[in-house]
Amino acid sequence: MNAVVEASERGAQIPECPTVMTESPDFASRPAYFRGRQQAAWERFQSLPMPARTDEAWRFADVKALDLSPYRAAGAVSDAQQAVLLARSRGLGETAGRMVFANDRLLSHEVLADDMRAKGVIWLPLEQALVEQRDLIERHFMSGDSLLGSAKFAALHEAHVKAGSFLHVPRGVEVALPIEVFHWLSGDGAAVFPHTLIVADECSKVTVVDSFAGASDGPGFACGVNDIVVGNGASVTYVAIQRWSEKTLAFHLNNTSVARDATALALRLNLGGARVRDEAASHLRGQGGRSDMLSVSAAAGAQIFDQRTLQIHEQPDTASDLLYKNALNDRARTIFTGLIRVEPVAHKTDAYQKVRNLILSNEAEANSAPGLEIEADDVRCTHGATSGTLEEDEMFYLQSRGIPRWEAQQLITFGFLSEVFDRLPCASLRDHLTDLLHEKLG
Amino acid sequence: MSLEIKNLHARIAGNGTEILRGLTLTIEKGKVHAIMGPNGSGKSTLSKVLGGHPDYEITDGDVLLDGASILGMEPDERSRAGLFLAFQYPMEIPGVSNANFIRAALQARMPEGEELEATDYYAQLYEKMDMLEMDRKFTARSVNEGFSGGEKKRNEILQMLMLKPKYAILDETDSGLDIDALRVVSKGVNSQRGAERGFLVITHYQRLLDYIVPDEVSVLVGGRIAMSGSKALALELEAKGYDWIKEDAAEPACA
Repeated sequence: MNAVVEASERGAQIPECPTVMTESPDFASRPAYFRGRQQAAWERFQSLPMPARTDEAWRFADVKALDLSPYRAAGAVSDAQQAVLLARSRGLGETAGRMVFANDRLLSHEVLADDMRAKGVIWLPLEQALVEQRDLIERHFMSGDSLLGSAKFAALHEAHVKAGSFLHVPRGVEVALPIEVFHWLSGDGAAVFPHTLIVADECSKVTVVDSFAGASDGPGFACGVNDIVVGNGASVTYVAIQRWSEKTLAFHLNNTSVARDATALALRLNLGGARVRDEAASHLRGQGGRSDMLSVSAAAGAQIFDQRTLQIHEQPDTASDLLYKNALNDRARTIFTGLIRVEPVAHKTDAYQKVRNLILSNEAEANSAPGLEIEADDVRCTHGATSGTLEEDEMFYLQSRGIPRWEAQQLITFGFLSEVFDRLPCASLRDHLTDLLHEKLG
Repeated sequence: MSLEIKNLHARIAGNGTEILRGLTLTIEKGKVHAIMGPNGSGKSTLSKVLGGHPDYEITDGDVLLDGASILGMEPDERSRAGLFLAFQYPMEIPGVSNANFIRAALQARMPEGEELEATDYYAQLYEKMDMLEMDRKFTARSVNEGFSGGEKKRNEILQMLMLKPKYAILDETDSGLDIDALRVVSKGVNSQRGAERGFLVITHYQRLLDYIVPDEVSVLVGGRIAMSGSKALALELEAKGYDWIKEDAAEPACA
């Protein structure tokens, strides 16, 4: 009895604080055609259940940790902080363009390379693209279903989204330098919904680097979507650098569509975040298509990286190659469940899936569940997961050269993870990722 | 000044079998001391024990580097104190470039807060690599990964040239080497001979000692030194094998 009274009194004194779960997003500022879509997404978010422990897509995960009630849509950052964040928005030396967002607000949009201007490349902040590129948005914006467990959070993203980058590279155009996009999250309890949509038309070529980072150490929520549509013969390289604050709950949800003779190469670098759910689905939709899915995660403290992947071969003669590497220190946890699915028509599929965990602490835990579903004959599919600790003989070798034990561990860990960067075609990008990894491990 | 091994007893950690059973040997600065011995005599154990490998435990005896015991030291401390071990089977370290590895080893010898000067470092590295006829591409490649046997051994000697130890232990550096590689590796070692450095050359075969001519040769049998002599002893072993010493060593050794 007492408890009930107390609860009602407290309810009366403190007005219920609006959160990302309860407060309807501000649809009014969006174009009419998009408003309806967001309204529907909001209703979908509210009607879909929260993930349960028994859901196969949430196996190994701590679903209780998905409480969104502490978070509300982020407010604008101060002018002084804007200047600081703009100055910090430097990753690669030379870039074709740079876009910077802080708390889902555009701070800058710079087109730096001539091939971005001259060749009909459309590269816009999402808000502007919604108005000016309705056809492309209607065709490609979140056009793929959420297949890996986070349909509810994809709906939340769709309902709230206002910031991000939209890129359309027309037929035959190659953008030589990488394009950089920064998303900053600032303020305790702030929520952002960064979006990335890359549409590469026939025989075009482009590299995009998304950088997600916390401006401070406080808790936050990020729910992002990155979708990549690679046209016939086109080539897209996408890198996501995740450095949210170590108190951030984050979702990064992806659908990649790979057409005939096209190649998609994506690398996800996970350094920050408290709990990060990272879903990536590659659809091989045309003969000769290829998708490379790479990930590097350096997990420490109490970080949890939860990664779910799908390589779905929908046409014959397609290839996919997944390599995810995790190094786990302290009490960190990683979860990987991946599926290679080969549709009945997809003969001559060549699919590869490998997860490697380097366990640096007795308290760290890695769960890996690679999987295959093959409905075609004449395919080549291999998958596997390995977990190992440091090799004492390797440690002894490094130590015998005078390198202290802690540093030997760091070198071996760094070597183990950074090998994945060699798969990237661009040297400046490799160097940048190497520096960031050093920073985290150092 | 010397590396003094005194009545050293060692066994595999947690396992009762002693492999070194009262080994006494002195490697003087400025000298090359060769150790020969049949398989299983404890040659490789000796090098690992001196380096501080955690698989072994010392049950008796001591090892003094210029008078100070190194047995309580971690492997990296022994290295920084001036000991170098050229491995019989150098480890591969994926993803760590050779240049960064050697730089980390040199950096570990610098005082806190001081940075190794990159230009000087590479100049030195290239000079030593040229001497060892190593292609420049080996700076960027992962440590020993995919190296041939000969390339690995050259890489060991390269590290020795860069680290300039007081005492170097070469563990069967000649194994797996063809004559050309043996010549190059020996040239590297010989270039380091001098008053400021002592060598312990562990080998199964006399052949290496034609290239790195020792001042003294000792024979290791059953975990202790069974006989010592001049270079001529190596030739005698080559001609007669080890069996005749084995029989002698079976007698209780005089203390």
